[in-house]
Amino acid sequence: MANRISDETIEYVGILAKLELSEEEREQAKQDIGRMLDYVDKLNELDTSGVEPLSHVFPVHNVFREDVVTNGDDRARMLQNAPKVKDGSWQVPKTVE
Amino acid sequence: MARQYETVIGLEVHVELATKTKIFCGCSTAFGGAPNTHTCPVCTGMPGSLPVLNKQVVEYAMAVGLATGCQINQYCKFDRKNYFYPDNPQNYQISQLYLPICHDGGIEIETASGRKVIGIHEIHMEEDAGKLIHDEWDDCTLVDYNRSGVPLIEIVSEPDMRSAEEVIAYLDKLRLIVQYLGASDCKLQEGSMRADVNLSVREVGAKEFGTRTEMKNLNSFKAIARAIDGERARQIELLEEGKPVIQETRRWDDNKEYSYPMRSKEDAHDYRYFPDPDLVPVVISDEWLQAVRDRQPELRTEKLARYKKEFDIPEYDAEILTGSKRLADVFEETTALCGKPKKVSNWLMGETLRLLKEEGMEPEELTFAPEHLAKLIELTDAGTINQTVAKEVFEKIFYEDVEPERYVEEHGLKMVSDDGVLRTVVEGVIAANPQSVSDYRGGKEKALGFLVGQTMKQMKGRANPGAVNQLLRELLG
Repeated sequence: MANRISDETIEYVGILAKLELSEEEREQAKQDIGRMLDYVDKLNELDTSGVEPLSHVFPVHNVFREDVVTNGDDRARMLQNAPKVKDGSWQVPKTVE
Repeated sequence: MARQYETVIGLEVHVELATKTKIFCGCSTAFGGAPNTHTCPVCTGMPGSLPVLNKQVVEYAMAVGLATGCQINQYCKFDRKNYFYPDNPQNYQISQLYLPICHDGGIEIETASGRKVIGIHEIHMEEDAGKLIHDEWDDCTLVDYNRSGVPLIEIVSEPDMRSAEEVIAYLDKLRLIVQYLGASDCKLQEGSMRADVNLSVREVGAKEFGTRTEMKNLNSFKAIARAIDGERARQIELLEEGKPVIQETRRWDDNKEYSYPMRSKEDAHDYRYFPDPDLVPVVISDEWLQAVRDRQPELRTEKLARYKKEFDIPEYDAEILTGSKRLADVFEETTALCGKPKKVSNWLMGETLRLLKEEGMEPEELTFAPEHLAKLIELTDAGTINQTVAKEVFEKIFYEDVEPERYVEEHGLKMVSDDGVLRTVVEGVIAANPQSVSDYRGGKEKALGFLVGQTMKQMKGRANPGAVNQLLRELLG
């Protein structure tokens, strides 16, 4: 397996995923992602010219709802999942500039 | 010689669709509910919840696409746009990147410099985000997910506009099309229509585009025009100083008339889109497309042409009336009831627009019943009330939607048609104003006006000025 994930890449992926990795975890992640890419290389060996790209694995389309209100006020239950609650809202660390 | 610059502008317009429910769940889209009272596991991004597409969203998107000359992708699908921000509980927004529902259209605009087609690159369906409110007291942020999952279409133009004037003309036209389709009320102030402006400048004659910036937080046509002029000046200044324009998202502050670079979710431009496995593809059959096409209502251009043919009203009136779907609806409904297009148009063009302007309201906010305006016209034409009283009653209709006949009856506003009563009053006025009478007899026409005024005053406005005039002339003979 080629060591093709650079330190910069793993750093960047970590930022996008909002993950702080220790030195050990970093090395582990580099190896894991490297193995995934190896597998993609394996898949790429297959000749897929002339095969339509697949948008979904199920042979299903057009699953719709009608435009009818079916949900009522379920705030109390929804807010049970909030780490902190204030004034009927989720409370999170300051983000608004 | 100073260098000449050209402004290149493209718009991303977000429109909140007028559906009753959200795009992927059965929660209400009603505006102004208490925080988080219109939420469920789907629109708060709970693990294991399953989004199911609202069919009406697809139909509205198709209708807008058809009305803007777009091709419809009869096979389209949804993708996830990944970013972390608390307004987005799933940590991805469901949108369309690879196969948007509409593409390659355009609409014609008209400005002082002539007619021009502004290309539409694509229209895609997506979900809106929640609302963040800063809490000063605890220095934290409160999240309201009522708006999370409200359906949007994003209409992406080509970089075809060259001035603020063209941008406003494009937005105006687009807004009218969407309003006529009933797909959205398009209120900029309330955020049901939002425009992001992508702008760059280049030297006149240059082939390559300059580096562009994106401006957000534009919530009125005036703010958009000011932001365009401000950003154009800022970029030209940079170039003149030999500094580069940085590609970034900027937030327009309309009070300070200046834009600031945004530091937030817009930082990460790496959205790592991928197909949303929770949602199956949308396949639009020829029959479905045709059915939507057949249901397309009359749009502004067609309506304007019909008004000119069908109604005997000035062209200017027809343009103003059709310039708002609501105004046009009130006009047509009232005319259908009373059969007097010219009079209906006069009430709308005159008193209605005056009151709207006075209240700072949009025609879309008109609430009175066409029946009541039709009745008012009938009462005026029958001579039951005069023009002055009619205006007074109209204000009551405008604000409180009163039934005019009952209102006139209850407030004793009927014109006095009893000749005897009028004659007595006129005789009294003549007796009380000998100076004016002799002035009139001496050839001063003006004196008659004064006497008419005195009579009207005593009649508390409930007389026909024409009849008063006639009677005065007769008695002073």
